[in-house]
Amino acid sequence: MDNNVAVRMENITKAFGTKVVANKNVTLDIRKGEILALLGENGSGKTTLMNMLSGIYFPDSGRIFVDGKEVSIHSPKDAYSLGIGMIHQHFKLVDVFTATENVALGMDKKITGRRNKIAKDVQEICDRYGFDVKPDQKVYNMSVSQKQTLEIVKALYRGAELLILDEPTAVLTPQESDKLFSILRTMKEEGKSVILITHKLNEVLSVSDRVSILRKGEYIDTVETKDATAESLTEMMVGKKVILDIDRPEVENKQKRIEIKNLSCVNKYGVKALDDVSFDIYGGEILGIAGISGSGQKHLLESIAGLQETEEGSSVKYYEPETGKEEQLIGKTPMQIRQQGVALSFVPEDRLGMGLVGTMGMSDNMMLRSYKNGFLFTDRKSPKDLAIKVKDDLGVITPNIQTPVRKLSGGNVQKVLVGREIASNPKVLLTAYAVRGLDINTSYTIYGLLNEQKKKGVAVVYVGEDLDVLLALCDRIAVLCSGKLNGVVDARTTTKEEVGLLMTNLREDGDNNE
Amino acid sequence: MSSLALVNKKDPLVRIARRDSIAKPKALIIRLIAIVISLIVCALIIFAITKVNPLKVYESMFKGAFGTKGKTWNTVRDTMMLLCIAIGLAPAFKMKFWNIGAEGQILVGGIATAACMIYLKSLPPVLLFICMVVASVIAGALWGILPAVFKAKWNTNETLFTLMMNYVALQLTSFFVALWENPYGSNKVGIINPQNHEGWFPSIFGEQYVLNVIIVMVLTVGMFIYLKYTKQGYELSVVGDSENTAKYAGISVKKVIIRTMIISGAICGLSGFITVSGASHTISTSTAGGKGFTAIIVCWLAKFNTFTMIAISALIIFLQQGAIQIASEFNLNNDVANMITGIILFFILGSEFFINYRLIFRKADKGVK
Repeated sequence: MDNNVAVRMENITKAFGTKVVANKNVTLDIRKGEILALLGENGSGKTTLMNMLSGIYFPDSGRIFVDGKEVSIHSPKDAYSLGIGMIHQHFKLVDVFTATENVALGMDKKITGRRNKIAKDVQEICDRYGFDVKPDQKVYNMSVSQKQTLEIVKALYRGAELLILDEPTAVLTPQESDKLFSILRTMKEEGKSVILITHKLNEVLSVSDRVSILRKGEYIDTVETKDATAESLTEMMVGKKVILDIDRPEVENKQKRIEIKNLSCVNKYGVKALDDVSFDIYGGEILGIAGISGSGQKHLLESIAGLQETEEGSSVKYYEPETGKEEQLIGKTPMQIRQQGVALSFVPEDRLGMGLVGTMGMSDNMMLRSYKNGFLFTDRKSPKDLAIKVKDDLGVITPNIQTPVRKLSGGNVQKVLVGREIASNPKVLLTAYAVRGLDINTSYTIYGLLNEQKKKGVAVVYVGEDLDVLLALCDRIAVLCSGKLNGVVDARTTTKEEVGLLMTNLREDGDNNE
Repeated sequence: MSSLALVNKKDPLVRIARRDSIAKPKALIIRLIAIVISLIVCALIIFAITKVNPLKVYESMFKGAFGTKGKTWNTVRDTMMLLCIAIGLAPAFKMKFWNIGAEGQILVGGIATAACMIYLKSLPPVLLFICMVVASVIAGALWGILPAVFKAKWNTNETLFTLMMNYVALQLTSFFVALWENPYGSNKVGIINPQNHEGWFPSIFGEQYVLNVIIVMVLTVGMFIYLKYTKQGYELSVVGDSENTAKYAGISVKKVIIRTMIISGAICGLSGFITVSGASHTISTSTAGGKGFTAIIVCWLAKFNTFTMIAISALIIFLQQGAIQIASEFNLNNDVANMITGIILFFILGSEFFINYRLIFRKADKGVK
């Protein structure tokens, strides 16, 4: 066997129940001192495969070799003792503990007691890699990026030689992602191996050395990154050629739909989340909202949808498309606004936290929009039909439409949510991170759906994080910076640099109504 | 990457895998097996402790519950009581509102009923009945609405709140027992209206407890439909799963919490009415007698399906009645009876694990080289 191979997985098969085969005969090599990208669409079995390395699952069949010796990994503890550490999408940290306490947790009792020693070691690791985490910082005081860093520290402290990261950038800003990648490169130079689970092609191309592709649980191929292109990887991942251009139809019948004036609100800590924001939203166009995460995007959408209390003097006027009648939305309940035809498809970081009911099936979740119809009793037939339609149109993978949505994979959950919102025939469609966590194919399906709505004359608001997509899909882009509107640009003529600058540098004079 | 010695090279002996679904008959078989095993375990323990033939013990348990017509009717009556409370708790628990205040809600419903029986006995029977129903429902609803309002407005902890309301109700009951004491000095209310039976449930088909069965069966069907097919039932399950989603869908979470607890309290109050007017014809601090807590088990085991609750209530009451019988017949104390009940419940709850998961044993040929 090749001496350079750190870990080898051979003919691994794992099935859940009788119907779902998550991995089928997968063979994978991870070399020492390399970053291997594990690429695949949602539900292609990437996470399952890695969970078998980290001791969460046990393979039904197949063998795992570490340093050329066959091993059997029963638990995460076994994995750690073999030098394998995994950073999961959902952090496994105790909120009320400090960084040190989290690192100590689950270690041998003799070690746990020596808090100061651990704190010193944690500090040392942080210094070595330039991590922005303090040993005595409580987890609940940490940003998402810091929590992730702490997870990495945890793995390194336990002597991980192979670090597995499951979609680490899904929760990070572009700047934070860059920082993470430079950390990964440092680790690689130290001879450690890194597996990066992802479906983002630009990440694969910029940081990895080799790419292994999974499709529907099967191993497709491993290629050298330098020989790969976005197109070739997509083709292997999806199984067919995909055109990577986003369609942008011309705007027709532009019509003022919503007028926002002097909109201000505070967050739960009493700090201004939106500060005197004014702009218009038009029917028949897609308005992009750009900004570093937490610049007020969430509050903006929630204010329009009636879910957020606003400050005195704020105004959100809605213009009825047919009659042109104006209607003040501030002060109305979400239900009243909904009845005006303003649909909010808000996809928060926790997809199930808002918008869907995890324990209910697709069918009952469709009902969330329509259950008010009819007298006393709920109508079950039309939500069921809608669920079947969404399932077919968007290709939702689920055993059946009664299966609780929390059992579906993240991408499928999102399809259910977006599908339902679009089906409600909105006049205004607000979407936040509509493609977050979705694979290429589905993302393009969603872009297509948004364009369709635009052509129907719907005012579409698209809050996004990927600047390339914003520039390609939207007609105009409003840029938020620390709760202020820092400018509205024409997406057809602007550049990535201009938008990036607006995102980070608040203009002194302010842009509106000052 | 060293310390290979730490890791055992064999496959794990048993692995646990989640089932994606299970056929209904199979689930039923697993439950039945659990009950059979629990009976065997009980038998072994009974024999070890008392040297009494376990079959005899079971036989007398059965006799205790169904031995005579009167005993059978008592079992039915108590089953209906427990079922009624469980039905009352179902909407609250489905909304994830931990209403452990059924005891108090039953007591205040009982007090209201007793008050009507005592002060309004001159009314025509139908009118008196309406008064009793309305009074007990209002009293129970009031006990339910208080914690709900505080939860909705100030996000107080409903578990503590409903629990403390139980003690208020208990003290209130003591007060009324003292007030209505009869005969004087006995510290008991005694049977209310023993002569002319004003406010007592009438006999139907010559049986005393038929009306109890009818009322509770109507509630069973009604609650099943309410939870499964109505808008309000839908709303409360959305609130139970995710308050944020509920807000987003335009559901007023506060309204749903308060409304659901009114219903929950009202039905528990009504079960107080059934107890006082339809069964004991008296009121005391032990009128609720822990049923408000037992009903929580019924509610969860049935996963809020009111028809399943019938079977579970019946099983629990059967065990209790049987336990009382064996305690007296074999001179065992009550603890042995409780132990049997406990062991059986343990196995039933444990069987849920095997319904949700399956075990995979290591294949003999694997791991051998």
